[in-house]
Amino acid sequence: MGWETWIITTFSRSLAYGTPLLLGTLGEIYAERSGVLNLGVEGMMIMGAYSAFTTAYIIGNPWLGILVAAVVGGAFSLIHAFASVTLKANQVVSGLSLTMLGLGLSGMFGRGWEGKPLPVSIPKITVSGLSKIPFLGPILFEGQNLIVYLAIILVPLLWYILYRTRIGITIRSVGESPATADSLGINVDRVRYVCVFIGGVLAGVAGGYLSVAYRPAWTEGMTAGIGWIVIALTIFAFWNPAYGMLGAYLFAALYHLSYRLQPWVSPEFLKAMPYAFAILVLIFVSRGTLQKRMGAPAALSLPYTRGED
Amino acid sequence: MKRRVGFKVERRPVASGRVVFFVSLLAILAALVVAGIFFRIYGVSPIRAYQLILSGSLGSRFGLAETVRRAIPLLLCGVGLTIAFRALFWNIGAEGQLLIGAVAAAGVALFSGLPGPLLLPAMFICGFIGGAAWGLIPAILKVMLGLNDVITTLMMNYIAIYFVEWLIHGPWKGPTARGFAYSDTFPRAAWLPTLFGTRIHWPTLVLGLVLAVVMYIFVTRTRSGFEIRVIGENPDAARFAGISQLKTTLLVMFISGGFAGLAGVGEIAGIHMRLLGPTNISMGYGYTAIIVAWLARRNPLAVIVTSLLFGVIMAGGDVIKVSLGLPFQLINVFNGLILFFLIGSEILLRYKISFLLRR
Repeated sequence: MGWETWIITTFSRSLAYGTPLLLGTLGEIYAERSGVLNLGVEGMMIMGAYSAFTTAYIIGNPWLGILVAAVVGGAFSLIHAFASVTLKANQVVSGLSLTMLGLGLSGMFGRGWEGKPLPVSIPKITVSGLSKIPFLGPILFEGQNLIVYLAIILVPLLWYILYRTRIGITIRSVGESPATADSLGINVDRVRYVCVFIGGVLAGVAGGYLSVAYRPAWTEGMTAGIGWIVIALTIFAFWNPAYGMLGAYLFAALYHLSYRLQPWVSPEFLKAMPYAFAILVLIFVSRGTLQKRMGAPAALSLPYTRGED
Repeated sequence: MKRRVGFKVERRPVASGRVVFFVSLLAILAALVVAGIFFRIYGVSPIRAYQLILSGSLGSRFGLAETVRRAIPLLLCGVGLTIAFRALFWNIGAEGQLLIGAVAAAGVALFSGLPGPLLLPAMFICGFIGGAAWGLIPAILKVMLGLNDVITTLMMNYIAIYFVEWLIHGPWKGPTARGFAYSDTFPRAAWLPTLFGTRIHWPTLVLGLVLAVVMYIFVTRTRSGFEIRVIGENPDAARFAGISQLKTTLLVMFISGGFAGLAGVGEIAGIHMRLLGPTNISMGYGYTAIIVAWLARRNPLAVIVTSLLFGVIMAGGDVIKVSLGLPFQLINVFNGLILFFLIGSEILLRYKISFLLRR
């Protein structure tokens, strides 16, 4: 394989594997920006993967599967919103239980679906004109699917909303100082509900992408910790969608490149790599977070009750 | 005269033990009802499922023994987690610490060549150290670099899982295992004694019970125990009082990781007598222990009760798995629901709702 093909494959595969990471990270950034830590990403994602697969299998339309995954992910996230915003429960524990519940339910109801081939999946497309562009063409416009583009388009959109619109200011102020936001007439609880819901929808779509686009199949626990890596990437990204994109694709590239070591190292070592990477990237950015607490919303994981604190 | 019925919500200063008990009970019952709905959707009668769970765990000598056997690792991991959670260190990594404890003990059993009577004590000591070391890594990363403890402990679980996989497929794969991914069987001197005809490896059980009591005394009666509580409840006050975050965090994770390591030793020296696949060694004890510790309200003594409760669920889960054909993932459904209702109901501990009859 020539070095040019080698680089093109690396980039193209990173784009494909980075998509669920990116979608999940964007969603978690919104939830955390509003002050709600949602550790249930893994649970929402696997529920998305399960519901997308079964819908696509029964109805025969993978896009409907993605839609259902979005709805299921969103609905699932509302459990966490209810516990952490309305009941003011501990967000770490609530998120953990969401993950357990998601893994449990999808494992229980998904058992009969194990190993079934999916006849229809999200098609890979090639944009005939653009794919001829040297280098960038084969990476961006050959063999990717629409969800990959959706994730890329969401980055500037969500960045713009967060930093350049009134809605974004509202979200960030709720995450930084809910009491101040409240005194300005902002409905803190509603903003948090909406942001957690956005996180759930995107995690659901990310899961759906895994089961009807990336590798069209259902296996128990197929998200394999991606939801947790998303939480790490959110910190890595300093809660900024643009860095989120950088982190997701960089991580995906590392993951892909580690598989190039296949002839020399054992498969167990390769499987452990992404988790070690997740710790390493956090170590890498730790100086920034320690020195300035860069980006971390001040009220992250703190429930808000009017008249207290 | 008009009679009005209303209710009043007031803040409760501190919930009494009785209130905590009834609220917890209510939460568990609510979780069981919702789990029953899922059984129904799955096509299994919830009443039959719960009957089977009860008869399979408490209804026979064998069932009772299995309940206790399941409770042993939950007890050890759970007691350790109460200590970590008290300092608000989110140790989600008991699963990995348990596995590394098992690895360390297996290494001693297979390769140390120690004489018989020294073997088991050495396994427990090395298992403790292994688990503690695995737990100290995220502790150091948190205190020194500010890394999120939930993520690091969780990622280290995955790393531990693949480490065990590598050992049993590679260097430690037993020549006598006939191609299976196991280590060789341990020498007889490395087997823990069990209560007659059961799989209750009683030395581990006794160890767990003793440690629960010791840890209760530790957190309620010693200076270090007090410091742990201050760090968890009011980090600012702890800083002003000169309590070392570093020392306390390392201490709680040394204990928490070490106890999980002991649980791993018990599983491989009491049940399997060899190192085998990570999901066979643990089946999620480390995760279930999080709920065990939380349900015990971070009280080490109460873990004795809550670990038995989850022993019932796990042993009963085994039975309905076989007789109703339900997948083992069911345990996660129970775990998730119970944890949800538990933290959801905590609002009832903070607020008192009283019904009033006004004239």
